[in-house]
Formats: sequence, structure tokens, C-alpha cells
Amino acid sequence: MLRAEIWEITGFTMATAALATLLMVPPGLFLAWLLARGRFHGRLIVDTAISLPLVMPPVATGLVLLAMVAPRGPVGRVLARAGIEVVFTWKAVVLAMAVMGLPLFVRTVRAGIEQVDRRYEAAAATLGAGPLRVFFTVTLPLARPAVLAGAVLGFARALGEFGATIMIAGSIPGATRTLAVAIYSFAETGRDGDAALLVAVSAAIAFVALAAANWISSRQGVQA
Amino acid sequence: MIGLDFRLVQGAFTLDITAQLDRPITALFGPSGAGKTTVLDAVAGLRRPASGSILIGDRVVFDSERSVNVPARSRHVGYVAQDVALFPHMSVRRNVLYGRRKGQKLSLDTVTRMLEIEPLLDREVPQLSGGERQRVALARALMSAPELLLLDEPLAAVDVERRRRILPYIERVRDQMRVPIVYVTHDHAEAAQLADEVILLERGRIIGRER
Repeated sequence: MLRAEIWEITGFTMATAALATLLMVPPGLFLAWLLARGRFHGRLIVDTAISLPLVMPPVATGLVLLAMVAPRGPVGRVLARAGIEVVFTWKAVVLAMAVMGLPLFVRTVRAGIEQVDRRYEAAAATLGAGPLRVFFTVTLPLARPAVLAGAVLGFARALGEFGATIMIAGSIPGATRTLAVAIYSFAETGRDGDAALLVAVSAAIAFVALAAANWISSRQGVQA
Repeated sequence: MIGLDFRLVQGAFTLDITAQLDRPITALFGPSGAGKTTVLDAVAGLRRPASGSILIGDRVVFDSERSVNVPARSRHVGYVAQDVALFPHMSVRRNVLYGRRKGQKLSLDTVTRMLEIEPLLDREVPQLSGGERQRVALARALMSAPELLLLDEPLAAVDVERRRRILPYIERVRDQMRVPIVYVTHDHAEAAQLADEVILLERGRIIGRER
């Protein structure tokens, strides 16, 4: 395999995983806060639904996503009208990665927020801070180690995403082919050596990402 | 004037309070478990009574019959809780300025000078002693220009020597800021020394008042 091809696949995977991580942060923070601090009916349902991608077959999640973002799907139709095509593009790769990484991010951040002493939030409220200010100036900074650990875990999960990606993005060389997808394609077409090389690259990246997450956790005493 | 007339249920514990507080410093005095802190929490808006009303000055901040429940952030109550709860991730200066209200006349200088915390402003919270934390928490509460100051056992965490040094600061706040203070303590001597009126609380009820 050409060195350029390895770099291209690796670079594409890292870039899409990074974008996916950015994409999961805003809804992930909100959901983690909602589950840690919210008191509402149907909490258990929200909690369970968010974690579904963790236990469902990823291809099943991929199929649900495909139904939604396909040009005739409920979300896809709106996007198509705005001229945005998702299926079988890099955007589909990012979406699949974000959806699959979100549960890990939410669970980690939620545990971190639950560890933030509510007395600080109460103190901020008596000092005149509204819920948003309390969250951004008190809760979030105090839960920062968990947010970092959650982001690294989400990123690591995104790097290895395969099932949902293959369903909505396929394996188009130079367009949607990530490390995981390329390993599968190469192995299937008899390019075993190339597949093995990419396995080594994936292992190295995953190792660094997980070591980073563990380092953050152990340093700051958060459970990831 | 602070008008309290409410019932608050918390598991097996019921707090039933009716009182008008109109002195500069009122002490809530009673054994632990009497409900002293719960009264402060209710006034600050951190706990919701089952029924009744709470008045701060001429503002109704809680009235179950009229469905009024002003959130803690809009009650303009300075609350120094027993654990103080200074934000551990901010410097002393940022703590003190956290609740500063717009159009606030009180300057940082005035407050830091009165409580003698200027040398502490650039320190981090974990570096402070118990007595320093109390003064910083007091300064933080004052900077939010409260119309009422709630102090929960401000001297509980400090030794006898420091008590003697912190009391004058509280008296200074009373004399210079003219903010009414409700002060919780389980030490009768402390209550008698500082307060203009002592309210005796036991098992969620007022059992006596001393002026």
C-alpha cells in the first residue's frame, strides 16, 4: 500500500472523529446535565434511549439513521431542501460516529456532574446567577475532568466506528473510507498485509486516546 | 422586616414557623435538628415550604395561596452557609465579585477593607484558613447587595480565639451596611452577645423569644 493512502485514511478518520466529538459535545452536555440534575417524568426513558446505541447492533443503529437522513427520510427531506446531502458522504461518517460516541460521552459527563457538590450551585443561585450562568461558571468547570475524559472516550469510540458507518456512508475510497471500514474492505479483497498495517495504526491511536482518558481520570479522580 | 409564616415538611420533620423579625440582628437559636438551617434555606429560596408565606421587606418572595415563589437568584438574599461553599476553582477575587449586581454602589474596596481581606484577593480558595473563608464568604454575599443577610453558624468552624476576631466583622457589617441579619447558632452566649433578639427553636417550632 502506498504511504499516501495510509496517511489519507488515517487523516480522514482522525478528522471525522474530531468533528464527531465536537458534534456530540453540545447535546451531550445538555443531556448529561438533564440526567444528573433534572427532575422530570420519563427520565428513565431518556436515560435508556441515550444508551441504546451502546448495546444495539451498530448496523441496526445505522439502519435507523439511514431511514432518518435518507433524502426521503424525515430529517433528510429537510436537509435536502437546504441542499445538504448526507448519505454516502463524509457527513454521514461524522453523524454515525457522533451517534455512536454520544452515550459514552453522556455517561461520563453525567457521573462527573453528579459529583459536583450542589452547595456550590445553591451558593451561585443566591448570588443571583440564573441556571445557565450556574452551569457554565460553576457546574461545568467543576466537572471539567469528566468532560475531558468523556470527550476522549467519545473520540476513541468514533475512531473505531464501523457498523453504523458502513450503513449510511459506505466504503468509498477517498470519500467515506475510515480506518475501520478500510480494514474490512482490504481483508475482504485479499489485501491482508494492508489490513494488518491499518490494524496497527488503529491500535496505536486507540491506545493513546484511552491512555489519555485514563490519565485524566486518575489524575482528577473521576470515574470514566 | 422579615415576615415568616410557613410550614415546611421534610420526611418526618415538620417546620412550622410564624414570626416577624424587625431587629438589626436576629439569632435563631436551638439544638441541632431544630430546623434552624431549614428556615434559612426557605428564606433564601433553596427549599420550598408546603404552605404559607415569606416576606422580605415589602416583597412577597413566597406565597403558596397566590402561587408566588421567587427563585433564589432573584430574592437578593446574601447567604453564608455553614460550609461557606466558596467556589474552589476561582480565586478569592473572582469569588467576591461573582454576585456583584449591576448598578451596585458598594465598591470592592469598601468591602475588602471592612473585612480586611485585601491581601487574600489573589489567593486560591484551598489556601485559606477557616476564619479567612468566613470573611471571604461574607464579602461575597455583601457584594451582591443583599437586602437580607443569612449567616449559618458562622463561627462553628473556627476556634475560640478566632471567634473573638470574627465577631467584630459581623458587627461592622451590621453598623456600616445596615443590612438586617438573621444569624443561626447553637451557642446561647454567642446569640446573646450579638443579637438584638433571640428566637428559640426546637423540633421545628418557635418555643420562645428574648429581646
